[in-house]
Amino acid sequence: MKPELTATPRLAPGVRLNDKSQLPRTLLMPERALRLNGPSLEIVQLCDGQHTVQQIAEKLHALYSKAEPQRITDDLLGYLALLHDQRAIDF
Amino acid sequence: MQCRKVVVKTLRPEDLSYKIFMPTTLPTPLALVAELTHRCPLHCVYCSNPLEMAKRESELPTHTWVRVFQEAAQAGVLQVDFTGGEPLARTDIVELVHAARVAGLYVSLITSGLPLDEAKLAALVEAGLDHFQLSFQGATEQTAREISNTTSHPQKLRVLQWLKKHRVGVTLNFVIHRQNIQELEEMILLVEEHQPGCVEFASVQYYGWALANREALLPTRRQLEFCVAKLKEAEERLKGKTRVVFVVPDYYAKFPKPCVGGWGRKLILISPNGSVLPCHAAGVIPGMQFENVKEKSLREIWESSPAFQKFRGEDWMQEPCKSCDRRHQDFGGCRCQAMLLAGDAAATDPVCSLAPTRSKVDAILTAVNQPKPAVLEEKPIYLYRPNPL
Repeated sequence: MKPELTATPRLAPGVRLNDKSQLPRTLLMPERALRLNGPSLEIVQLCDGQHTVQQIAEKLHALYSKAEPQRITDDLLGYLALLHDQRAIDF
Repeated sequence: MQCRKVVVKTLRPEDLSYKIFMPTTLPTPLALVAELTHRCPLHCVYCSNPLEMAKRESELPTHTWVRVFQEAAQAGVLQVDFTGGEPLARTDIVELVHAARVAGLYVSLITSGLPLDEAKLAALVEAGLDHFQLSFQGATEQTAREISNTTSHPQKLRVLQWLKKHRVGVTLNFVIHRQNIQELEEMILLVEEHQPGCVEFASVQYYGWALANREALLPTRRQLEFCVAKLKEAEERLKGKTRVVFVVPDYYAKFPKPCVGGWGRKLILISPNGSVLPCHAAGVIPGMQFENVKEKSLREIWESSPAFQKFRGEDWMQEPCKSCDRRHQDFGGCRCQAMLLAGDAAATDPVCSLAPTRSKVDAILTAVNQPKPAVLEEKPIYLYRPNPL
């Protein structure tokens, strides 16, 4: 399920990032762990229940200014849907 | 390659600028299973604990576990599962959760929920518990009692209510087998009502007490088909709410499970007395000697203990595994099952359709699937798991 642009995704209960001092940064969840790098880490760090999907997309547009914005937004929505289906985030 | 190898080349002048030794490529352990105690208020007929259980007086003290959690995190371990027996039987459980969390680990508690009240649950969450996995023996008190020889079901329903007040990951774990698959739909109803993040329908795997009770527990093919169909529907309905995991009864599988993600490749298990094992059943393999965290560091044991080296990598493999394309996927299956069913821990897991010993598994399945006279379908006689002293 893809989120609305106004949704504010946050990590689901029992899901958290490992400590900053531990590399690689990893999303820890029941029985599983997901290594994060580049954009996936930036996205997960913004899933704090404060930022809207639209705001996350805008931050990514600024970070990856060479890529086409619509493409970034589509990728973001797809990634958030994947995390949601894995019960890593709520929105 | 996952096994530890040092390649030494003949030294030639032109090699001087290159590395003479290939880097060692030992896998990093990712998960630690901490069997804190073998004591348990339940007596489940499929318990995975060894037949010979650790006594209370042999259990590791708090400070040794605390050191082990720090060593585990330093060695790269991400997650620790507190299990047993019943981990809540340890009076220092809150302290242990806190110590593991402070060490940097993701902490799961795998529990029957029995020795628990609201205050204890709050203290565990406060101490840093990430994930609470609650086991169920059935969907009704009658079945649960028959399997665990204890009254436990009403308490589990209470624990589900308490969990709603906390922000913690929740998994419900239903262990399923021939005697409780008929309650599958009621189990799914319970899941839909409470919507935990995850539900596991874990078919019994046949080691320890489960192996002793296999005749009563192994499901029929018809039951398995019913199960697969119902869980597929449930998965669709629960999508986005609860992740549904089904652990198949591997006797019915075409290929073996990648047991513990490969021997000595991802997982470390520490038994209540501090012995360090590559998996919970490894003690069934004759001649295995396990080192103890009381004497050596966890990293040292992971890297060089003979028990972890024994089936690490592929050098130990026989045919058909040795030349099989699937060997990187399933690592030849389970070493303990090969020992228990084929009498050779280095053989291909007998549940594999390519294994020369597959006929042994087929014979077991044939017996289970034969229609039985109604009188034999009555109550099975179980061997209940006792409590260690």
